Amino acid sequence: MHRDEIPPGTLYLLILRTLARSGEMHGYEIANSIQQISNDVLQVEEGSLYPALQRMLIKGWVTAKWGTTAGKRRARYYQLTALGRKQLDVERSQFERVVSAITRVIEAV
Amino acid sequence: MNWLGEFARRLNMLLHRRQFDADLEEEMRLHLELRHEEQRQAGMTAEDARAAVRRQFGNTTYLSEESHFAWGWEWLETLGQDVRYAVRTFSKSRGFTAVVVLTLALGTGATTAIFSVVHATLLRPLPYPKPQQLVSIADDLPGVGGRDVGMSEPEWQDLERSGIFEHVSPTWFDENNLTGSSRPARVRLLIVAPNYFALLGVPPQLGRVFHPEERGPGMLEEVIISDGLWKRAFGSDPNILDRSVRLDTDMYRIVGVMPAGFDAPGRTAEERNIEVWAATNFYGEPLPDEPRRNRRNLPTAVARLKTGLTIAEAQSRLDALVASLQKQFPSDYPPESSWTVRLVPLHQRVVGNVRQSLILLFCAVGLVLLIGCLNVANLLLARASARGREMAVRQALGAARHRVIRQLLTESLILSLVGGIAGMAMLLPLRHCLLRLLPENFPRLNDISISWSVLLFALVASLATGAIFGLAPAREAGRIDLTHALKEATRGSTGSGEQARTRRLLVVTEFALSLVLMIAAGLLLHSFWDLLEVRLGFRPQNVMAVRTRLPDPNEPKTDRYRNAAQERPFLREVLRRVGTLPGVEEVAVGDTASIPLDRSQRELKVISEGQFFARFEGRDTPGDQPSVVERSSVTPEYFHLLGIPLLSGRWFNELDDDKGPQVAVINEAFARTYWPGLNPLGKRFASTRVGSPWITVVGVIANARTESLENADAPQVYLNLYQVSSHRLAIFLRGHFETGAIPEEVREQVQSVDPILPVFGAQTLNEALSASLAERRFAMEIVALFALTALFLSGLGIYGVICYLVSERTHEIGIRLALGAQERNILSMVLEQGLGLALSGAGIGLIGALIVSRLMAGVLYGVGPADPLTFAGVALLLILVALFACYIPARRALRVDPGMALRHE
Repeated sequence: MHRDEIPPGTLYLLILRTLARSGEMHGYEIANSIQQISNDVLQVEEGSLYPALQRMLIKGWVTAKWGTTAGKRRARYYQLTALGRKQLDVERSQFERVVSAITRVIEAV
Repeated sequence: MNWLGEFARRLNMLLHRRQFDADLEEEMRLHLELRHEEQRQAGMTAEDARAAVRRQFGNTTYLSEESHFAWGWEWLETLGQDVRYAVRTFSKSRGFTAVVVLTLALGTGATTAIFSVVHATLLRPLPYPKPQQLVSIADDLPGVGGRDVGMSEPEWQDLERSGIFEHVSPTWFDENNLTGSSRPARVRLLIVAPNYFALLGVPPQLGRVFHPEERGPGMLEEVIISDGLWKRAFGSDPNILDRSVRLDTDMYRIVGVMPAGFDAPGRTAEERNIEVWAATNFYGEPLPDEPRRNRRNLPTAVARLKTGLTIAEAQSRLDALVASLQKQFPSDYPPESSWTVRLVPLHQRVVGNVRQSLILLFCAVGLVLLIGCLNVANLLLARASARGREMAVRQALGAARHRVIRQLLTESLILSLVGGIAGMAMLLPLRHCLLRLLPENFPRLNDISISWSVLLFALVASLATGAIFGLAPAREAGRIDLTHALKEATRGSTGSGEQARTRRLLVVTEFALSLVLMIAAGLLLHSFWDLLEVRLGFRPQNVMAVRTRLPDPNEPKTDRYRNAAQERPFLREVLRRVGTLPGVEEVAVGDTASIPLDRSQRELKVISEGQFFARFEGRDTPGDQPSVVERSSVTPEYFHLLGIPLLSGRWFNELDDDKGPQVAVINEAFARTYWPGLNPLGKRFASTRVGSPWITVVGVIANARTESLENADAPQVYLNLYQVSSHRLAIFLRGHFETGAIPEEVREQVQSVDPILPVFGAQTLNEALSASLAERRFAMEIVALFALTALFLSGLGIYGVICYLVSERTHEIGIRLALGAQERNILSMVLEQGLGLALSGAGIGLIGALIVSRLMAGVLYGVGPADPLTFAGVALLLILVALFACYIPARRALRVDPGMALRHE
């Protein structure tokens, strides 16, 4: 099965959107969620989630706290902050602008 | 506020770095395990699952580093590593570290010490509000050679009304007899205008200051006292206000006490440590009721400019005012005297006379610091060559070049900071001893402290030195050629020719700078010696001067010593009584202007005392102007007591009393100046004051350097104290007596004549002589100390370089010895190297010294700025020291065992 690399610069958007949808999640869940919802098309290079999450922590878009998984294991759960929600809107409208522009270019006769 | 939160989060991460790394690792491990289980459930073998998971996740080490770096602290962590590594290497080579730290500590310590003085005296504004508006007013009469001649009361009024100044206050330093305390004490009194304290803007700690609007005649009956006098004479009595005190014979009321640490702005310590301030509007008893415009009674004045006016603007408005006054009062201001009024920033007046010495000292200490830096750079270079292999290996293993350079710079900065801290650690306990080196008369002595600005200076100086001496080895490391270095490294050095050149250049520079400093010191020393060796023209040995002061009551009728006739019996009795004291062989009395080399008095310039305007008989043709003449009044015994010989004419005698015509004894210089080519005996001159009698020259004495050591022929006039009396007296004693006990014995004798007289200021003429040299001695000693340090440092520098050269050439020397070279050849081969360095350094240094010494011409005496003897002597000394420093490693070269040296490879 072929999976596509995610377009550069959209990792934040994907993480933010995923967290916005489902509240708290740990890294593995985020990776899985992105993969599943995109019907296995989008493939995150899973490790790169972590530096991205660190940068988001610095920016204050997400917070992290330790919790326990269903399988009784310790995991770090990430949650969106108010700042993160705002950022999501910014990233989203930016993405949509780019996509619609690209679409227009492609579909122009 | 977002950046603040972000910074807080970053900081939090920094503080919990370990926890952070552990969390990240755990998080990633969980991810990998969960994925692994998933793959296993999908039916993969354990082996395959692990590989797949790894592939999908990416490089964990790389990713955790990325996550770590995201927080932006890696520079700090690198610095931490570098510091730890540096500390480890330094603790391994203790000797090297000690030498470097000590050199830097001495350099920064000395520089900081001098800076603290420069800061307190030259850089810090005066401790009064808005000090940039404060000026000192000086009147000059350049046409008749009068400088800072004082102003008259009408002129003061003109300045007050001119609109240029907020306030103008004449200041008149005086001494006074304070009675009422345990024994009559002499206090330093400053007579000022009532606006004086409003002008300075300093409030009292107790009571009030004078009302600036007071306009009445005569002396105000209020006085203000200093904190020191309050504590000393009144035991800090909190109920001091409204207390009556007697100054001379007049009653005053204390209305205020100034705070501790308040100093009056003045040129000398005497003038700054005022104890009593009295106020007057400078007219009305005891001063003239209608002061005249051409009587320059007021010695000097301070003023505060109107807000917003710069000194230059004020000066140009003042010049216009002076011009219009000259038109308005042509008879008071003859155009030949070319009266001008100068505004001098008050700060400059207070510190003006030490400015030059301080700048000289600061430059000297800066040079020492620079030489120290060069030395340390040299040591570091030597070490860099020993560490060539280490650097090469680190780079070969992948250390980036900038990373290695950064490591070396970190090491340098650590050395310089530790050196700076050590310097401050040495300076702090020593500061009181060091302050004692300063001449007592030094301005703003109390302001000198290790303040924050001084500490900041020390920090900046340390960092700057670190940057200077750290550059050379860092540059060197950046140039390492790996292949070459690793091959060479078996010999423990990179042996780069470039490096050897750098080191030689450093040593040559060091020598050049040292030579400049040593020549400066040599010239100062030479000047000082010349001054010590000058023919004084009088004998200061076994002479002591003790001072007393007769009261000046405001009501002249109550003055028991109103004129020479009334003072005469007192003088005779004092002479007789003091003459009977054991060991006293000769006694004389003079006014304070007659005390030889007493700078403190002369600079205060009590106009009525030390100087007057003279006109000369037979020369009062129109266009001839009065001349400013230095004079003193003495009893006839004075000349013999000081051993000043008579060249022609006669001494004062019994017939010269207050009824006879006034007579004068002049010195050769006076005769030459005012009657060139003529016989001065019988010539007459007079003060320009109305009603002043003619004074006839009866004797000519040889020139003596009583005015200043530097000036061999200052024109001097001596009047007869029995004819021209003075209230400020000095009793001169010659003989073999106990200098510690005699002042007390003189006090008893004087007070047995008049019990209210204070007796003070006892000093031997040798003390006065040495005090007059104090500032010069101070500058000379410090510069000499610095020069010796520089000599020592550059000696060390050349020693280091030659040692290095010898160790480099051990192999070669071994071969030479094996082939039969004589000890002599080896020795001269090594010494030639050193001599070459020393000579080139000395050559450059001589040129530098020629430039520097020209700038110093102002502080030199009796020696030209290009004195060949000093230049040659100092250069020779430097070269000898260099040769000696080279000789030690050269001897070592001789002990090379040829067999060992050849196997050494």
